Amino acid sequence: IGEAVNDTEIDIKDKGVRPLSLAGHVGFDSLPDQLVNKSICQGFCFNILCIGETGIGKSTLMDTLFNTNFENFESSHFEPQVKLRAQTYDLQESNVRLRLTVVNTVGFGDQMNKQESYQPVVDYIDRQFESYLQEELKIKRSLHNYHDSRVHACLYFISPSGHSLKSLDLVTMKKLDSKVNIIPVIAKADTISKSELHKFKIKIMSELVSNGVQIYQFPLDDETVAKVNTTMNGHLPFAVVGSTEEVSVGNKMVKARQYPWGVVQVENENHCDFVKLREMLICVNMEDLREQTHTRHYELYRRCKLEEMGFKDTDPECKPVSLQQTYEAKRQEFLVELQKREDEMRQMFVQRVKEKEAELKEAERELQSRFEHLKRIHADEKATLEEKKRLLDEDQSSFSKRRAAAQLLQAQSLTANGKKDKDRKK
Amino acid sequence: NSHNSSGGSTLLGYIGIDTIIEQMRKKTMKTGFDFNIMVVGHSGLGKSTLVNTLFKSHVSRKSAGWARDEKIPKTVEIKAVSHVIEEGGVKMKLTVVDTPGFGDQINNDNCWEPISKYINEQYEKFLKEEVNITRKKRIPDTRVHCCIYFISPTGHFLRQLDTEFMKRLSHSVNIIPVIAKADTMTLEERQEFKQRVRKELEVSGIEFYPQKEFDEDMEDKSDNDKIREAMPFAVVGSDKEYQVNGKRVLGRKTAWGIVEVENPNHCEFAQLRDFLIRSHLQDLKEVTHNIHYETYRAKRLNENGGLRDEPALPLTLYRLLF
Repeated sequence: IGEAVNDTEIDIKDKGVRPLSLAGHVGFDSLPDQLVNKSICQGFCFNILCIGETGIGKSTLMDTLFNTNFENFESSHFEPQVKLRAQTYDLQESNVRLRLTVVNTVGFGDQMNKQESYQPVVDYIDRQFESYLQEELKIKRSLHNYHDSRVHACLYFISPSGHSLKSLDLVTMKKLDSKVNIIPVIAKADTISKSELHKFKIKIMSELVSNGVQIYQFPLDDETVAKVNTTMNGHLPFAVVGSTEEVSVGNKMVKARQYPWGVVQVENENHCDFVKLREMLICVNMEDLREQTHTRHYELYRRCKLEEMGFKDTDPECKPVSLQQTYEAKRQEFLVELQKREDEMRQMFVQRVKEKEAELKEAERELQSRFEHLKRIHADEKATLEEKKRLLDEDQSSFSKRRAAAQLLQAQSLTANGKKDKDRKK
Repeated sequence: NSHNSSGGSTLLGYIGIDTIIEQMRKKTMKTGFDFNIMVVGHSGLGKSTLVNTLFKSHVSRKSAGWARDEKIPKTVEIKAVSHVIEEGGVKMKLTVVDTPGFGDQINNDNCWEPISKYINEQYEKFLKEEVNITRKKRIPDTRVHCCIYFISPTGHFLRQLDTEFMKRLSHSVNIIPVIAKADTMTLEERQEFKQRVRKELEVSGIEFYPQKEFDEDMEDKSDNDKIREAMPFAVVGSDKEYQVNGKRVLGRKTAWGIVEVENPNHCEFAQLRDFLIRSHLQDLKEVTHNIHYETYRAKRLNENGGLRDEPALPLTLYRLLF
């Protein structure tokens, strides 16, 4: 077995790692299959966010893209605020199970004041990142089972005015371009003529460039798809038409929109870019969209969030400890703060108690003095009454004495008279 | 595939969702793979030869007769050597971690410690990278995905060192025990020895790879049960080729015949190779990452006085404060 250096390229990172040639079939070429099989068992997640004005055709396009009828609600034009509605579906094609989440904006562009229109969208995207970050920071975590809700692709629906982007479009896309892969599409493209469309596309792209909006570029690093991706990058933004209605053309039933003057066929590349969108979004770059979301947009969010919380990458010697140290320091701060608040509350409580006590004491004193006062009055009255009673008693006793004396006198005088009478009779 | 699909919307035509498999395959082929394999066993058991036979290449430097030019190390040393090998467009950086000195001393107490330390150091390295604010796009993976433990073909029982080592390390790394130099035993002796070894492993509560508790579903379990029942594989390694029945085969030449390494009637090398490389290579990495590494990480984060009972670390705290 030789140790000849073969001429396959060496990974730059592994400079200094010798390549070896194999003397026979080992079998690790089945590794990609092993990996893919595991992914198949687990299933895949794909999350699309559709931003566009009410009635621009977001739901219809999703139905057309995925050849199905998702539950659709017609939204009103009178939403006071922009909302987001997310719906999840489980799709299956051969042995691939896909958990697709479609998020639609509701009421986008309907308000008088659209200054804050982008905020609910940004909040939604951030919330999904936050959810993932929370899971990642847990002590006991299960990332490989995690239902990934992060937005992988954002289809921005441009109104087919034929002129230029609206300021709402530019503002919104600028706020989103570092958070999500933006794929702008021109909606209801059958309302624009071909020549106008060409000019429109050029205008849009130049406006995006001059405003520094970074839209998603189909990747060029893999030779097998570099060519088609380059071509497709040149067709952006895709001018799409959506329809789930079928019309008979020739001897086939095709998805189309029927007008008196003709039939716009959705899957006819001369009529619109629908097929290109489907190719790019699903058949060629779905995995790249997922990867970019994870390795670029999420990492950026994570870095910003952690820096915001005061974490820093300090010296290389103590990584998990430094995360812990910073965390410990913050925790101490928090506990000190907690203690301070507790002390404040306790003080306040003590103060209140004192005040209440004083109040009650005051009330008690008042009550006591009233009682004393009443007692005195009562005692006085009693004394007065007793005096009266005494006088009355005296009166009574002197009266009874006089009566007794009078009776005695009367009795005496009667007996004396009786004797006199007796004497007279004699 | 025996999974059911939870009913959702019905598709009315082909879209191309299943192309994601090809997309994913292409991406993985582009980034390449890392695989780190450790060999443990006292010297003379044919560790390097086996690894070289497995990967059909000189990935492991054989200590050519330590009696001659190298001394037995005084303690267990850890020697990691990496090579890049390619097959069918798949590039793999293979790192073989050798542990010379293991089991060779007179007193082998705690000779697993340098090994345990090395394994944990790789987890630590990965963890440090993972908690950085600015992280590398691809964290270099030096964690030991698989540790092949070489059992001496005594024919009787496991040695105390064997059970001690496997008991202590089976919870932090995937251990695959093999019976080395299987050509020193007859087929009957081999079977008996295997039974005895398996019984001892069971009694000692040693969960070797593939661990029962990590079987994902019934299909997994039935596949892995078959493998577990056939383990430990009795293997023979060789890097020399001989002519047998008109074919060039890897083998060991003795006075009484040629032991064909890849002949399933002679030894179980082919079974080991198919299991290790052709069917479970990715799984070894996933169990290391999703289970062993997570266990290490959880323990490490708990150690530094972090919130023991609460699941989420700083974010809830921050919500409270701000």
